[in-house]
Order: sequence, then C-alpha cells, then structure tokens
Amino acid sequence: MPKLKSLDDLQALRQQLQKDIKARTDAATTITVGMGTCGIAAGAREVMHAILNELESRSIDAHVTTVGCIGMCSKEPLVDIQQSDEPRVTYGNISPEMVPRLIEEHLVKGNVVDEWVVGRVGGA
Amino acid sequence: MGEQYRADVLVSCLHDKAPDLMPALEEEVKRRGLEGEVRVVEAGCRGFCSMGPVILIEPEGVFYIGVEPADVPELVEETLVKGRVVERLTYREPATRKRVPYYDDLPFHGKQTRVVLRNCGLIDPMSIEEYIAVGGYQALAHALSEMKPEEVIEEVKASGLRGRGGAGFSTGRKWEAGRKAEGEPKYMLVNGDEGDPNCFMDRALMEADPHSILEGMIIGAYAVGAHEGYWYIPFEHTLSVRSVRNAIEQAREYGLLGEDILGSGFDFDVTLRLGAHSFVGGESTAIMHAIEGKASEPRPKHIHTTEVGLWGKPSCLNNVKTLNIVSEIINRGAEWYASIGTEKSKGTQVFSLAGKINNVGLVEVPMGTTVRELVFDVGGGIPKDRAFKALQIGGPSGGFLPEELLDMPMDYETLAEAGSMMGTGGVIIADDRTCVIDTARYFLGFLQKQSCGKCAPCREGVKRMLEIMTRITEGEGQMSDLDVLKTLGEVIKATSLCGLGKSAPNPVLSTLRYFRDEYVAHIEEGRCPAGVCKALITYQINAEACTGCGLCALKCPQEAISGEKKEPHVIDQEKCIKCGVCFDVCKFDAVTVR
Repeated sequence: MPKLKSLDDLQALRQQLQKDIKARTDAATTITVGMGTCGIAAGAREVMHAILNELESRSIDAHVTTVGCIGMCSKEPLVDIQQSDEPRVTYGNISPEMVPRLIEEHLVKGNVVDEWVVGRVGGA
Repeated sequence: MGEQYRADVLVSCLHDKAPDLMPALEEEVKRRGLEGEVRVVEAGCRGFCSMGPVILIEPEGVFYIGVEPADVPELVEETLVKGRVVERLTYREPATRKRVPYYDDLPFHGKQTRVVLRNCGLIDPMSIEEYIAVGGYQALAHALSEMKPEEVIEEVKASGLRGRGGAGFSTGRKWEAGRKAEGEPKYMLVNGDEGDPNCFMDRALMEADPHSILEGMIIGAYAVGAHEGYWYIPFEHTLSVRSVRNAIEQAREYGLLGEDILGSGFDFDVTLRLGAHSFVGGESTAIMHAIEGKASEPRPKHIHTTEVGLWGKPSCLNNVKTLNIVSEIINRGAEWYASIGTEKSKGTQVFSLAGKINNVGLVEVPMGTTVRELVFDVGGGIPKDRAFKALQIGGPSGGFLPEELLDMPMDYETLAEAGSMMGTGGVIIADDRTCVIDTARYFLGFLQKQSCGKCAPCREGVKRMLEIMTRITEGEGQMSDLDVLKTLGEVIKATSLCGLGKSAPNPVLSTLRYFRDEYVAHIEEGRCPAGVCKALITYQINAEACTGCGLCALKCPQEAISGEKKEPHVIDQEKCIKCGVCFDVCKFDAVTVR
C-alpha cells in the first residue's frame, strides 16, 4: 500500500474507506426491501441487489435494510424509501429494471414516482 | 476496499465462544448466498461481558446476546435474509422482563458516555482501514502539520486530562516536563501492564482499538520530542499482543510510523516489548526496569522518570487509556473534554464492574457520577434484589465505601477523601451476603503475595496485617488487634517505597472506618454478620419451613443431612463443612446461616 505523505493523502484515503463501514454510520436515507417469503418469491433479492449496485455506481449515501412481510403480499416486491423527516413512501411491484429510474427520480431529483406508489406512512 | 455492504454483523467477545461463532456465521452467510452483501466483522469488546457472546447487526442496530453457533442458521435466516428480529436472542431487562431488541435502547448502553471506549465493538481492531474510516489518525495529521509541540502540550494541559493509570497526574504537565528534560535520546513509553486482578479495561482497549492508543503515543512523542518508543505488554495477554503487534505493522506500512511521518519531517518508531505479568509490574519505574530486561521492581522516585527514566534517559510513560483520549482532545478540542466531569477530574472514567452486580462488564461514565448511578443504573442493580452493602473501588488496594456514601460523586479527590482511590477503576460490589472483613483479608493476601519484597514496610508489614486479619476471620481476634491494624496500616502507607505499598492497607483501613461493627461482631460476639467466615457460622434447618423434599440431603457432599421424606431434615454439625450448598439449593429458604 502507498505510504501516506500528507494530511490530504490521509483524508483522501478516509473518504475512500468510509464506504467500507457505511452500514455502521448514520445515513439520511433508508431503503427498506420486503424480504418475507412472499417478497423473496416475487424477486425481492434481485431488486435489492439492483438497488445496492445503483447506489454504489452513483455513490449515494443510503442504508439498505430488509424487513419481513407486512401483509401486502400481492404488491411484492415492496420497496420503502425514507428520507429524514419526509413521509416513508412505499413502492409496490418493483422489478430490478425499475430500480435505476426509482433511484434517479426519488433520491437524485427528489420526485416521488407517483405511478408506482402504494402507500405513505408518517412524516413530520 | 471501498465495497459497500448492506449489513455488517459485528461479533464481540473474542475471549468467549466467538472463535467458533465467526466461522459458523461466515459459513452460513456463504451458504445463503449473502456474500458481498452481508459482512461478518470480528469486533472488540463491547463491555457487556455478562451477556457474551454478543452480536450487533448494522444498520438496523439489532442486538443479540448469548449467541451460540447453533443459533446461527436461525439468526441468518430470520434477520439477514428476512429482516426479522429473533426474539429469544434479544436482551431482556431484569426489572421489567421486557425484551430490548435494539442496541441503542439498552439501558446499559444509553446511560454511558463513551469516550475511551468510542470504537470498542464498532470496528475491526485488526484493520487500520476501519480505524481511518472512522476518523483515525486525523488528529495526528493535524498535530504534525498545524501544531507546534508546545501547542499540543498546552491543548492537553487545558483539557485537564489526568493519567488514567491510577495516580491521576496531569498528562499535559508530564509531557511538559518531558519536553523540558535534557538528554538524548528521549523515550515515549506505553504502559500496557494492567496489574489489578479485577480489571480488564486496558486489555479490552488494546484488543478492541489498538490504533487509538498508537495515535496518542505518536502525538505524545511529537510533543515531548521522542523518536523512539516502547510499548510494554505482559505476554500472557495474547489477544492484546496480537492486535497491538498488527497495529504497529500496519501503521508502518502506511508511513504513520518511521521516518518523515505524513511528510512532516518528524521521525518516530515503536518497539513492542513483552514481559511477564505482575501486579507491581505496572508501576512506572518497575516497568522501565522490565523494558531494560531487569526484574520489574520499583526504585525510589526523588528524581522523576521524565528526567531519568529508561536507560537513565528522559522518558514519558503513559497508560493506554490516557493516550487513547489524546486524539479525541486534539480532534474535538480541550474545551469539549473539560466540559465533561467535575472541577478537578475532567472527562470520563472506565470502570470494570464485578462481584454482586447484574451487568458484569466494562462501562464508561463521566467523572463525578455517583456510586448509586454506577451500581443501579449502569450496573443494573444487585442480583436477586439483595441489599447493597459496600463498593470496593480502585483495584485490590482500593477502599470499601459503605451504603451511606451511595450518593457520593466519584472523582479522584472525593474517593481519596473517603479512604479509597480511583486507581485504574476496578469496582467490586458487595451485597449483604458478602463479609467485608473476609474480602479485605482476601485482597491483603493478594497484595502480600504480589509484594516485590524490596522495601520492609510492604514486605513485612502487609504480612503482619494479613496474619491479624486471618486470625479475626477465624474467630481468634482480640479488640486490641484493631488498634494494631490501624497503626500498622498508617506506617505502611507513610513509609513504603512505591504507590502499591502505600495503598496496600486501604482495604483494611477503610473497613475499620466504615464497618467497625462487623469487626466487633467477629471478635466480641464470635459472629459473622454476612454468614461467610466458616469458623464463626453454623448452618441449620428451620423445621417449620422445611418441606422434607430431600434436595439438600441429596446435594450435601458430606452426607451430613438426614430426615424422613416429607418430614423436616436436620444437619449433623459434626459432619458439616459449612460449604453452603444446602443454603444455595433450598427452594423454601428453610436453611439458615448464623
């Protein structure tokens, strides 16, 4: 490994390494994927991988977590996006192909993709 | 490097069953095809020792206790695949019996202020990359590039940081003396020889976060102007040795040790020194003798080691916790640190809790926290809701504090005034079934065995005190013994060579001060109020409460208990060896001890 020659070197390295421990640091956005038996059967795992890849390629700061079935099995795979104090938005019937647009619109541009929304919870 | 995972599984308690747990988790994660998505990390001690092995799953913050390899398939399936909490593995609050699934909601965690233990259990101690990712070595880089050595010393002085090895001397002033001392070379030393038998904070810190100590050491070396350093660890502490050795090698590879550190022109390198572990070995001059390869005995200190230390050269020796705090002071400022704690004792203190307490383990609270908060809030109270009797603090040579002092704020000064000491922060809690005289005798026995024997007051005096204490616990004491103990104790305190001899009489002197009635009960009434001292107690069965279940008779190793089924049993006092098994097993509280 290259020797660190200055404060700038160290800071550059830190930025690079912060990704490694992303799961342990606070993030303003949490994306939750339904992973009950219904979710998995409907392809939630593939959706989650697509989300992880999309976040990585766009260097977006977000946690990805999994939850069990919330009872809306017919709409699986369900993906929830929660940003700070905003309402938690639930999208239904998400496929891996829909992920780039979802991330682009909701996380990058800040627009909720209304046509895919199945519900909203809370918010300040 | 630079790969994002969805979840991190942080496994603690390497001393316990974690070595089997790690491969089991890795295997299961692989089997379920979660590689590259979920990562298993070997993290250090989280301090919740009584609950180990513990696992924290991030980012959800789900916390599992007492996890066995057999629990792994369910844990992975439920939590990592399906995102559900496995109830039965979560912590249950003893008082309310409510389950607490998330780490941040644990009362044990919420009532602490973690400065020293900031990274413990949260990062992989074997990875310098994780330490850098959480902000490691930023303070070093800042100090080397933007601060003069004198400014570093001023900052540390202003923070009010005092040496965490036990003596509580101002770290800034020690470094200042080290900087001003004449002579070359100068040495920067780390004291990793934690001698107190009930303390494990230094070891846990070296195991869980070695880089934070190393960073403080390099900053200290820069401040005093040392280019060589030694880090002393007893070889028995194998996990500490493993993580510190690895930390030093990694720091060298990144150029954080060696020549021209971070392009500043400052050179510094560290040698890891392993030696034998002993109680007196943590004393500053003894440790320098040990590094030189001599027997670890102290020497008189009319000349400070900052002037004449290792190999007769100026040497700055700091405890691992002291150095760990330094980078936080540089990063967050002296004012921040000085805002925590009391007027003269700044910052936090790490305590190792042991004895009759629910949350046995390592905790960190601000200086000035009361005994009550430590025992009942952070410590979770006393098992089986028994009554609090005393708290012994400061390691084996600390004093006992009685119930009347439950609301005393703990800092260096108040503890010394109360006849105890902060020491390294070892705490033992005694309930009403603990005999403080027997416990004081036990510690005295330890100190007598550990005395290096160099000076007469400690070598001879502690031995005499032990003889008298043993006599009292055997029912052979006299009232005049109490005066002899007091005089002897005071002489030993005044005339011993090193701090260990000076503090050795504390357990006896403090119990004489606060528990004189128990001494009187032992000597005049031939009675041990706690029912511990074997020569003074008898076990009996209360015929009214006894249901004749026969459990005690079955468990008695001496076959001293007899009786018909469903009829009250009796103990044959001739055969009884007073082991107390009958007392412990009786479900009807029919066995009494007097």
